[in-house]
Amino acid sequence: MKFWKYLGLRLTTWALTILIGVTFIFFIPRMFPSDPVERMIGNMESLSGSMDPAAKEAMRKSLRIQFGLDGSLWEQYITFLWRGLLHFDFGPALMSYPTPAGEIIARNLPFTVGLSMCTTIVAWCIGNFIGLLAGFRKNKRSSRILEGIAICIYPIPYFILALVLQIIFAYVLGWFPLQATIQYNNGTATFIATLLKASVLPALSILLLGTGWWIISMKSLSGTTSEEDFVLYARYRGLSEGKIGYSYVFRNSILTQITALAMSLGGVFNGSIMTEIIFGYPGVGTLIQGAIMQSDYNMILGCITISIVAISTCTLIADLIYPFIDPRIRYS
Amino acid sequence: MKRFWKNASFRLKFGLIVTLFFLILGFVIYFVPHVDPFPNVIKEKNLPPRIPGIEKLGIFDGTENGVMKYKGSTANEYHYLGTTSQGQDIFWLLIEGIHNSLTIGLIVALIGTVVGVFVGLLSGFVGGGIDRFLMLVTDTFVVIPSLPVMILMTSLMKGRATVIMMALVLALFAWAWPSRQIRSMALTMKERDFIHTAWFSGEGVLQTVATEILPFTLTWSLSNFMNATLSAIASESGLAVLGLSPANLITLGNMIQWARNYNAIIMGRWNWILPPILSTIVLFIGLFMLITGYNDYLSMKRGR
Repeated sequence: MKFWKYLGLRLTTWALTILIGVTFIFFIPRMFPSDPVERMIGNMESLSGSMDPAAKEAMRKSLRIQFGLDGSLWEQYITFLWRGLLHFDFGPALMSYPTPAGEIIARNLPFTVGLSMCTTIVAWCIGNFIGLLAGFRKNKRSSRILEGIAICIYPIPYFILALVLQIIFAYVLGWFPLQATIQYNNGTATFIATLLKASVLPALSILLLGTGWWIISMKSLSGTTSEEDFVLYARYRGLSEGKIGYSYVFRNSILTQITALAMSLGGVFNGSIMTEIIFGYPGVGTLIQGAIMQSDYNMILGCITISIVAISTCTLIADLIYPFIDPRIRYS
Repeated sequence: MKRFWKNASFRLKFGLIVTLFFLILGFVIYFVPHVDPFPNVIKEKNLPPRIPGIEKLGIFDGTENGVMKYKGSTANEYHYLGTTSQGQDIFWLLIEGIHNSLTIGLIVALIGTVVGVFVGLLSGFVGGGIDRFLMLVTDTFVVIPSLPVMILMTSLMKGRATVIMMALVLALFAWAWPSRQIRSMALTMKERDFIHTAWFSGEGVLQTVATEILPFTLTWSLSNFMNATLSAIASESGLAVLGLSPANLITLGNMIQWARNYNAIIMGRWNWILPPILSTIVLFIGLFMLITGYNDYLSMKRGR
């Protein structure tokens, strides 16, 4: 019974979070004086000379409908929620008119999700393993060196590390192309080969930063756990180091790290956007950059809405499975 | 002070020294009279570095592949890091970038920390409906990806944003996390004896919060302040790389972006692209060590 109550409460928070986030991004553009339709017409006029007033009015009207800018603010809001949030329909993309923005996002999303998911999970595993070793024997010199390296990598912003890797591996050593090129039309094997080659550097930069963070946090967690009384008791019982390390320290510290993994997804998404832009990797980040360049608000709003929904959902899932993993936690 | 230095770990010392170094670069050296990094007349482009004194050693002597580049009207000039392809002095551009990046970081951290502490205390102490509402909003801001929303806002202001507007956009996401932390601190503190004593002796809520609670949150707020500075500088430079930072504002991120735009990497102009990258890396490592060192120092002090 308690489970259902917890589930209901958690689902309500999830829906409210998304609603607040989306409401927020709906009202932001409307608070600013710049009007995308007027700007677009202005751009067109500056390119092709002035237009007939009647034609201009007709164009304004059709553009307003496509941008979801017709009707009162309230009607616009409802339409936005209905079309955007429930059907992921954000109107046509101006970048490649008239393809719907949602379709283009759906094409690029797997790249971002694949890149960030794979790297996050690998980084989480490697980082927690190293962090556990470093925290469990924290007075060893090797532990200090490992932590030192992690501390020097973790604080570097994503795009700076990406740039450094690009300079070293793509420019100086020339092992990889400066910009990612993926061939879609030359068969599956070529596609996978070019995809992998294009993914190495972006993945490496996300991986390095992620691993750095998990080492630091896991080291401090397992360091504190190693000093707990029950670990001391296990030592007195004469259990092997491996047994203590796994059953006593690892299993107790890993729980916190699972929640932390869910909480970190937002940051990973931000980082993956920046990394993609540096390397020209064809994910949502590059899409957002292109949309900014061409003032394509349908596309920008679409990307942001989808990322809000995706990240809140990941957090929800992590919250829901947490009690299954940690027997000390009850649904409450 | 002496005792502090004796007890401080290597990390804390290193972080303090690096942070102080950058503060001096950004807020002292910045005010030293110098050549305008944006000359009205573009004179010599792509000059290599030349530093007085060191040039006699054969490095940084203004030559490129053995050819002296400082000649004619620039024969007696010294550009410590050379000039860009637009004829700007890279050293003073860098100092200006550090100054602006730090200013933005500090403003954002100040706003974020003050608002965060206020909201956190309010929702922790008042409780009830206000608490639930504030926490819902806070949680939303913790969960929604900050970068896309910042991208949306700055792309609407495209190029016309001022330093203050930029700082406000960044501050929008800087308050949520501290307010969550402060709230949970307030919740545990509410049950402590000395708070009950304060209440029973007739102190009002405001009075109690100001005299009994705030001092407790100060050390934590300081650590959060440094953290927020770091992430604000990172976000700003991220936006700059997207071309969304105000065009006339020189920050570390903007400097990197311009160097990239003018193909400094492909042209091999390392004296242009590397200084802002290395400065950012060193500044961030220094700040991060300062934060973790300070936290360790606090927990050590508490343990004694």
